[in-house]
Amino acid sequence: MAEPLLSVERVSCRFGGLLAVNGASLNAEPGCITGLIGPNGAGKTTLFSIISGFQKPTDGLVRYRGEIVTGLPPHELARRGVARTFQIVQPFAGLSVRENILVGAHLRHPKRGDALAAADKVGRELGLGDMLDRPADTLTVAGRKRLELAKALATEPQLLLLDEVLAGLNPSEIRDMVPVIRALCDRGITILMIEHVMQAVMSLSRHMFVLAEGSIIAQGAPSEVASDRRVIEAYLGHGAARKLGVVS
Amino acid sequence: MKSLGTIILVIAVLAAVPLVVQSNTTLNFLVVTLLVALAGQGWNVLGGYGGQYSFGHAAFFGTGAYTTAILQVRYGINAWPAFAAGIALGAAVGGVIGALTFRAGLRGSYFALVTLAFAEVLRILASVTPITGAGVGTLVKLDLRVEVLQFQSRAAFYWFILALVAVSLLIAHAIERSRFGAYLIAVRENEDAAKALGVNTTRVKLGAMVISAAITAASGCFYTQYFLFIDSGIAYGARMSIEALLTPIIGGVGTVFGPLLGALVVQGLGEVAKHVAGDAPGLSLIVYGCVLVLVIGFAPRGLIGLVETARRYFSRPSKREAVNG
Repeated sequence: MAEPLLSVERVSCRFGGLLAVNGASLNAEPGCITGLIGPNGAGKTTLFSIISGFQKPTDGLVRYRGEIVTGLPPHELARRGVARTFQIVQPFAGLSVRENILVGAHLRHPKRGDALAAADKVGRELGLGDMLDRPADTLTVAGRKRLELAKALATEPQLLLLDEVLAGLNPSEIRDMVPVIRALCDRGITILMIEHVMQAVMSLSRHMFVLAEGSIIAQGAPSEVASDRRVIEAYLGHGAARKLGVVS
Repeated sequence: MKSLGTIILVIAVLAAVPLVVQSNTTLNFLVVTLLVALAGQGWNVLGGYGGQYSFGHAAFFGTGAYTTAILQVRYGINAWPAFAAGIALGAAVGGVIGALTFRAGLRGSYFALVTLAFAEVLRILASVTPITGAGVGTLVKLDLRVEVLQFQSRAAFYWFILALVAVSLLIAHAIERSRFGAYLIAVRENEDAAKALGVNTTRVKLGAMVISAAITAASGCFYTQYFLFIDSGIAYGARMSIEALLTPIIGGVGTVFGPLLGALVVQGLGEVAKHVAGDAPGLSLIVYGCVLVLVIGFAPRGLIGLVETARRYFSRPSKREAVNG
């Protein structure tokens, strides 16, 4: 087993009386896609915010490339190669698609000309080639999701955290998007993705973690996780596994 | 490079004005307009490009003005280095206020109120401390020599402030085409998204604040040299803060020419109002208020935004014909 690129070790995060993440641990192996699933309110996005530096954990460690990066600010993590997308897309609404991607591209390309060229390249790769001059707020939901991905990708990350990039897309748009994500992985980018679209995340991920009520309740290959009694009960309620005839 | 050509053209046209216009009143009006445009350009760097709306740019204007005056009057320092020191100290005040507010994470109206408070604190301090001349103010000795940065003719003053405005236009142009500018605009549009893409938002805002303060301070330094008098009300009063934010908002926030255009319109309207209604006190403020309401209501991106919208509107039918035909 390769040294994980990212490891989250017993991380907890408390908001007043609410323990949003409770001693969760997970790893992301380099060069493959790791899925993070769980019912609504399980703490997935909070965990992402902790990994990307937007939220400080109450307890626990985040290790990236072997170094402890807990509590580093987001821009420092981005510089080290951690990029994230937001579940609720965060475009620079008043700017064009190209200018949006440009902000990300500037991280590795200080010169405007180089950064523009890099931004155009990323935009075309993600199928935004025809829309580069359009204002970002005129894009469709699918376009915005692609833009969200393009901005993150323009920072040339090693670790990409995708927070529900498929949410809100229709089945044909999902079919278009899945190969895009797989292609990123083929380029050697390690991906950790939160996803509710099970079919997609099952087919993409090599390894999956299931978060429920702030704790990791199961992990393993997608097929193992899908038939895990605890996972089924977390999603469908107590006793559901027995009714479905899952034995474990 | 299109906008660089426009800057050169605009400055060349403005530079030719004193060759045609001899009237001292007109030149005086233009000097004050350019002074306001410079203060407004300073505000525009932080407010227009960075989206951080300051209500207290008088803090920088006044610091520049007082520094230039005090160094000359109390310390016998030559006006030229005093002018430079005014800009530097204005920038330093910007750095301090920026560090305090941005580190504390103040945004939006909280930032606006705190900057207003800083300017007011400085105004009160300046009205009581002996070094500023307290309530009496500070008078700079009339001495019309270039060596002490006082010019015989109004035209020379005009060209001097025009040169400062030209530099401020070039700074805005350079910001638009740099990584710093892209980051600054990203902060304005969506601070969290900018952070996620590796932008150190605190540092970017702080940098913008320092540049912004330096430019507005330069207009204060010029004020001292032109009027040879400064007191706490002029230096740190709310009027300057308002003019500094009004001109770019009316002209077009986050554009190179917005502050210059806004200053021409605002000052021009103020002048027209004076001619129509005589010197009724506070009239110019009423005019500013009306213009502001109209601009925010009908042209939220300022006059330059209005021009762009019109251009797009008129260019559309031709495209449609091309498609149909």
